[in-house]
Amino acid sequence: MELVLAAAIGILAASGVWLLLRPRTFQVIIGLTLISYAVNLFIFSIGGLRTGADPVLRDAAGDIAQYTDPLPQALVLTAIVIGFATTALFLVVLLTSRGLTGNDHVDGEDGSA
Amino acid sequence: MPDAILPSTILALPFVAAVLAWLLRSRGRNLAVWLMTGTALLGLLLALWLYPAITGGGALRQLIPWAPGLGLDLVLRVDGFAWLFMLLICGIGALVGIYARYYMPADDPLARFFALLLAFMGSMLGIVMSGNVLQLVFFWELTSLFSFLLIGYWHHGASARDGARMALVVTSGGGLCLLAGVLLLGHIVGSYDLDVILAAGDAVRAHALYLPTLLLILLGAFTKSAQFPFHFWLPQAMSAPTPVSAYLHSATMVKAGVFLLVRFWPVLGGTDAWFWIVGGTGLLTLVLGAYAAMFEQDLKGVLAYSTISHLGLITMLVGLGSALGVVAAIFHIVNHATFKASLFMAAGAVDHEAGTRDLRKLGGLRRFMPVTATLALIAGAAMAGVPLLNGFLSKEMFFAETLASRNGPLLDVLSVVIAVAASAFGVTYSIRFVRGVFFGRVPATLPREPHEPPLWMRVPIGLLALACLLVGVLPARVIGPSLRAAASAVLGAGQLPPYSLAVWHGVTTPLLMSVLAFGAGCLLFVSLRRCFATLEAAPLTGRFSGKRIFERVMAVVAADLPQRIERRYPSRRLQPQLLLIVLLALVAGTLAATSAPFGFQPRWSSVDPAFALLWLLGAACAIGAASQAKFHRLAALVLTGGAGLVSCVSFVWLSAPDLAATQLLVEVVTTILILLGLRWLPKRIEGLAAESRTHRFRRRRDMVIATAVGLGVASLAYAAMMHPVADSISRFFLERAYTEGGGHNVVNVILVDFRGFDTLGEISVLAIVALTVFALLRRFRPAAESINAPAQQRLQTALGASGPGRAADHSLTDYLMIPGLIIQLMAPVIVLFGLHLFLRGHDLPGGGFVAGITVSVALILLYMARGARWVEAHLRVLPVRWIGLGLLLAAGTGLGSLAFGRPFLTSYFRHVELPVLGELPLASAVLFDLGVFVVVVGATTLMLIALAHQSLRRPRQAPATAAEGEG
Repeated sequence: MELVLAAAIGILAASGVWLLLRPRTFQVIIGLTLISYAVNLFIFSIGGLRTGADPVLRDAAGDIAQYTDPLPQALVLTAIVIGFATTALFLVVLLTSRGLTGNDHVDGEDGSA
Repeated sequence: MPDAILPSTILALPFVAAVLAWLLRSRGRNLAVWLMTGTALLGLLLALWLYPAITGGGALRQLIPWAPGLGLDLVLRVDGFAWLFMLLICGIGALVGIYARYYMPADDPLARFFALLLAFMGSMLGIVMSGNVLQLVFFWELTSLFSFLLIGYWHHGASARDGARMALVVTSGGGLCLLAGVLLLGHIVGSYDLDVILAAGDAVRAHALYLPTLLLILLGAFTKSAQFPFHFWLPQAMSAPTPVSAYLHSATMVKAGVFLLVRFWPVLGGTDAWFWIVGGTGLLTLVLGAYAAMFEQDLKGVLAYSTISHLGLITMLVGLGSALGVVAAIFHIVNHATFKASLFMAAGAVDHEAGTRDLRKLGGLRRFMPVTATLALIAGAAMAGVPLLNGFLSKEMFFAETLASRNGPLLDVLSVVIAVAASAFGVTYSIRFVRGVFFGRVPATLPREPHEPPLWMRVPIGLLALACLLVGVLPARVIGPSLRAAASAVLGAGQLPPYSLAVWHGVTTPLLMSVLAFGAGCLLFVSLRRCFATLEAAPLTGRFSGKRIFERVMAVVAADLPQRIERRYPSRRLQPQLLLIVLLALVAGTLAATSAPFGFQPRWSSVDPAFALLWLLGAACAIGAASQAKFHRLAALVLTGGAGLVSCVSFVWLSAPDLAATQLLVEVVTTILILLGLRWLPKRIEGLAAESRTHRFRRRRDMVIATAVGLGVASLAYAAMMHPVADSISRFFLERAYTEGGGHNVVNVILVDFRGFDTLGEISVLAIVALTVFALLRRFRPAAESINAPAQQRLQTALGASGPGRAADHSLTDYLMIPGLIIQLMAPVIVLFGLHLFLRGHDLPGGGFVAGITVSVALILLYMARGARWVEAHLRVLPVRWIGLGLLLAAGTGLGSLAFGRPFLTSYFRHVELPVLGELPLASAVLFDLGVFVVVVGATTLMLIALAHQSLRRPRQAPATAAEGEG
């Protein structure tokens, strides 16, 4: 479980970083999205992985240990929403930059690909 | 009203009045004046009411707890010294308010002016009433800020802007030093409470950190009180409206520095370092200021340098280190405030009536404005130190102090000589000021026909001049008790040295010194009269302009240096910078990983084949997206969505249904958003130059970096996951989610209750981002080639319009006929589902975030199926208002708890029996979650719609935009 998830986080991060270093704005935005997946999974996994644990309290509150760790979940939940907002902002910035400079290079000038 | 809450009332009054005055805006010029004068007078009355509490060295304390655990409370402390300052601040504030009403141009609504003046008054009161030194620094910086805004009040003038900036840089820079000094002081004493610090003088002076503490605090005081070599900002600040100069830059704000010196004298004073630095700086400032004042041509310039000189005198008195010196310093603070404020007002009246402040262009105005001339004569005489006026008394005390100091023969003689010389200079510039303006011939070139200023401009000058006279004639009666209260507050009740406030002490050495100074001053004036009229700057010192040095330093620090760094920096371009950042992170990560051992044995985890298969798919999607993003954007987007879905499934797998739902919905919205944006991106240019060697090299290099990052992140994640989890605060949340938050869904309870403040911040970010997106798109200019509708759309529109009785947009309805109908029917169901998610959020997976995105998905589906025009004709879509409403709701719920005497965002819940629905848990956190919900709906919808509208409005505006683009 952990090994698979760790590898997955690594692959997501690697793909994201590779795209981050590309010259085209669209590549960078996709890269950032992939990196945000990796980071969200990473934060989520910090509390340890649990399958089949209760995410919601039962009325007869029994042992605390039977529940999942709610804290990383709360952190990641807002991170997902904020991630959407920043993606939107970056998308609009790149569209504006494309309109102003006439190309979609991150440096605003189409020197090299 | 009980005395105990009076201090906070006095402090709060000006700030409340400032807000009120600001709200007046353009209405009610007179109302703003009443607000200013009324507040100041009320403050004065309340302060006078406090008098019994502070006589005899006592202090009134008021403590308002804020963060007691950190030792941070709002402590207000009024002792005799603070009380005297309060009288000055409120009294002169009231007079300045009246004066400004008639001085300021008639077409200025003045609301902003008085709001700033009131806020300044509050900040100044805050300095003198602070019982906590950090709080004092806070108000100290506030006065710098308001002084900046007031100097730059007429911001259309370049000199006002420059003067304001210089004052801000110097005084707030000093304020930072003061903060550092105060922190050191707090470190030495172990408390920031003023009373504790004042009692710990011996410990502070003996401490190893005494000297740095002293230097830092002195830097703060000297910059504020315009002491050499930081004096240059004060003459530049004279571009402020004259009431501001009278109030801030002579009577109150510049006194904050000497206030601090006197305040900390029992703690820091009495050492050699104190004597040399404070005394020496005071002496230099005293003589240089007086010298420069003689040669100024600008009326306010004379007064500014004279203020510098008098502040130097006060500093020197404190620096001499005797108790009597402190008494004299306090006395002179009051005297200088009265005569200098009235002189500034007189100078303003002259400027107002004659149209110039240039001493070379003025003369003989006594014939036109006899009352003002008389009043200015009295105040000017007080400044020169003429007997029977208050300036004379404190100067006598000053001379007596210089005579009494015993620091070696050379120094004693030197200080006496310099004191007499500076005093003579003071006589000279006072004569020059009064004679040059009001006596002599009337120049033919006066810009305006002068006449007496309005009555209410003369009254404040008159009252201040009267105060000079009263203190000068009957000092023991008028100022004696207040001075005693102030001095005993600083020195301790029993430590008051014997001093006598009398006009006539017999023929004493100080009197002879006064006479000498007077004679020398008159002689100097007569002999230098011709020079004054012709010289542009003071001889000798005029060449060293603090202003020029300041400007040169600023040019280096704020322009040259950054430019040089920027040029040296590897690149201005984003791509290499990103590379650098990633490399830096990689290096830092490697260093951290190699230097700090994990401290546990790595072990293999079990591998679930199904999960592994799932992530095989996910990894393929991620790598596919990475490889396709350049030329096949749609494919890359779909693949990214695939990776997102896989991580969504993982969330379900790993017992996080809330996350899965949110991730899924956000995935949908993000995809729609990027799809909307794809249309504006450029097409692939076929047959561009073949891939060169450098490109190949870069790709390989980036591949290596990306692989390294991936490996690093993966091993870090693995290490973190395998690390035994220590007992975290999650336990706290699990145990109390139901008992204190009233909900079963712990994640939601954390978001809306335990960490509600964070969530409030997050929805604010969301709102700000949405508004930024909206604002950016309002001015959006697409590239020329993407302005026209896409080929497919054009074709369809043409086809759709070709039949009989059909309009252009009929193609759309045809095209999406069945999906459109289904979506239209489903939209209410989706909205209902969203509401369901919202309502159950506190107990089951769901909540404001998910529900909000669901509802906005319903809306955007409608947009897609029916077109923007149809939706907006049938629904009122007002996302900006929704955002505002949601923020208000969330913040309002938080504030609601204040009404019940609980801290911000405290939640409350109970189970309510409702008809039909049965028992419902109702928590105030649900209202907060509703706010979150509304903000999320508004923000998401706003972003999507703003982008979608671009395609709608462009075709209509295309010709105009194209023309603009070419121009």
